[in-house]
Amino acid sequence: MGGDMNLAIIEKEGLRLFVAEILRQKNTVVGVKDQSAVSSIPGDSGFYTYAPINSPEELTLSFDVTLIPPKKYLLPAYEQLLTFNLSPGSIKADVPKEELIVFGVHPYDIIAINQMDKVFSTVPQDNHYLERRKRTTIIGIDPVKVAPRAFWSSMGADTVASGFDLMLTDIGQCYVVDVGSKKGASLLKMAPRTREAAPAEVKERDKVRAGARKRCDANRLSFSYLELPSLLDGKEEHVIWEEKSHLCFSCGTCNLVCPTCYCFDVRDDVSIDLKKGSRYRTWDGCLLSDFAQVAGGGNFRGHRADRYRHRFYRKGQFIYRRFGDIACVGCGRCSAQCPSDIADPVAVFNRLKEGI
Amino acid sequence: MGSPSPYLPGLATIMKIEEQTAMEKLFMVRPNDGKPLGHKPGQFVEVSVFGVGECPISVSSAPNKKADFEICVRRAGNVTNALHNLKAGDVIGIRGPYGTHFPAEDLRGKDLLFVAGGLGIVPLRSFINYVLERRKDYGRIIVLFGARTPADRLFKAELASLARRPDLEYLETVDVGDASWKGNVGVITTLFPKFAIDPKKTYAVMVGPPVMYRFAIAAARAKGLADDHIIVSFERKMKCGLGKCGHCQMGPVYVCQEGPVFNFAAIKNLEEALS
Repeated sequence: MGGDMNLAIIEKEGLRLFVAEILRQKNTVVGVKDQSAVSSIPGDSGFYTYAPINSPEELTLSFDVTLIPPKKYLLPAYEQLLTFNLSPGSIKADVPKEELIVFGVHPYDIIAINQMDKVFSTVPQDNHYLERRKRTTIIGIDPVKVAPRAFWSSMGADTVASGFDLMLTDIGQCYVVDVGSKKGASLLKMAPRTREAAPAEVKERDKVRAGARKRCDANRLSFSYLELPSLLDGKEEHVIWEEKSHLCFSCGTCNLVCPTCYCFDVRDDVSIDLKKGSRYRTWDGCLLSDFAQVAGGGNFRGHRADRYRHRFYRKGQFIYRRFGDIACVGCGRCSAQCPSDIADPVAVFNRLKEGI
Repeated sequence: MGSPSPYLPGLATIMKIEEQTAMEKLFMVRPNDGKPLGHKPGQFVEVSVFGVGECPISVSSAPNKKADFEICVRRAGNVTNALHNLKAGDVIGIRGPYGTHFPAEDLRGKDLLFVAGGLGIVPLRSFINYVLERRKDYGRIIVLFGARTPADRLFKAELASLARRPDLEYLETVDVGDASWKGNVGVITTLFPKFAIDPKKTYAVMVGPPVMYRFAIAAARAKGLADDHIIVSFERKMKCGLGKCGHCQMGPVYVCQEGPVFNFAAIKNLEEALS
């Protein structure tokens, strides 16, 4: 955790030069791109995606939320785990070696990454994830714009104490930079004209954060998120699961866009000459109808309402009981992107709290 | 960590294939490194057919000092169909063993009531043979076996020799008989009225299709068995075996980690435990 000792100031122009220098030194950088220009939805204010950055001008730091969370760089949608030869049979592990800088991650997404770190470092450890994580530098940014469906302020996810290498806060003329790791400190040396933050600037950072938190409070849980595990106790038969899931397409969008959803499938690919192949993992989602289906056709969660309920229990209770984390960070992606708008945790959890 | 990847299987060779029924084959498998699997009764392995995929399969042989072990596989999906097309000498991948095992040590001195429905005999066979190798360490042994039809019965010769043992009571049934079948007809719970037990000393160990548990557990309770005297092993989609991929979850429980073997008392209140 960065105390004030670690707080630095970087001017806006300095940040541009910083990104340019990182790129000049042949680092692979992904960051947020403003895709408003390609949005075809009438009245859409635009959307943001993580994508490779080739110049500082491509980078946006004033986004509200991205379409897909940065988990796609730590748990890629398609990730090779093993390669094998079919004849003679041999097999080897394919552990990632690429270094990556993710530039511009909001605190709620960093909290989600911290949760994935816990899941994949729990024995038996998943070295594929852990290697990738080790080789990933995370540069955080505090949100100023707040997405309409976001509710991170009521999920304890407005700020984050660890999991970043650098954390930036836009205070208008410049950025306050919190150095979260040695890796972050040495990276920051590439930035020109940095200086120590003055007390007034630190105060300004608090003000910026408080302002965003207040805007986010417009959409919030009506109770403390820490009550979720006990709130869900005994609610398995509540009418809400059947009622809402009647509108569920079982499309899995809520899983896809969730920063704390990490479930995956493992599959094999074979080369066209049938001599070699690879085993890869790919995202899976518990809302998809065949998620818990076994060979022979038996489906242990064949009922749509059961799948719908499972996700909310996983977010509010299961992961907490296993790893100690509430697995919803309030990004609002599922709420915004669910085709029939039934995925919103605020709507579901507040209703369960009201007891109706 | 020794292995660079928890997903990396060891190579193993199919030594022998024995057809059990039209749907099931018994494979004797030898790890290429010559090391015994080190499993305990009730555990499973992830079996790879390279280029097709991986699936969880119970180990059917009792633990021993030899490297060879047995898996009995029903052709049901992509990987198991591919396995059925392999021949002796072919190489497959094995990861594991994974999961919890039957509490063989804790059950020493107890009476055991084995309830095997269909393929449930496959993991139970590992434990039954383990117990029979240490027969004097255990009390009375009753084995119930149910199959859909006489043609679906697995391990026919082995079960016939169990039936001949004086130190074990063996009862079997089929859901639907045929012209040659002279035995009991009916679901597995129709065998329960045929014996008496001392519920204080007896533990039921049951494995079968999902639908069996609700009824078999009710029958065991009707015999006076407490819930913590009922041991079950559950099938789920245990894709990774590492408590990560999420497919085998039964509510908050990862069946590949906390299971597949459970004391029924510990999981009976889970919403998704019983079908």
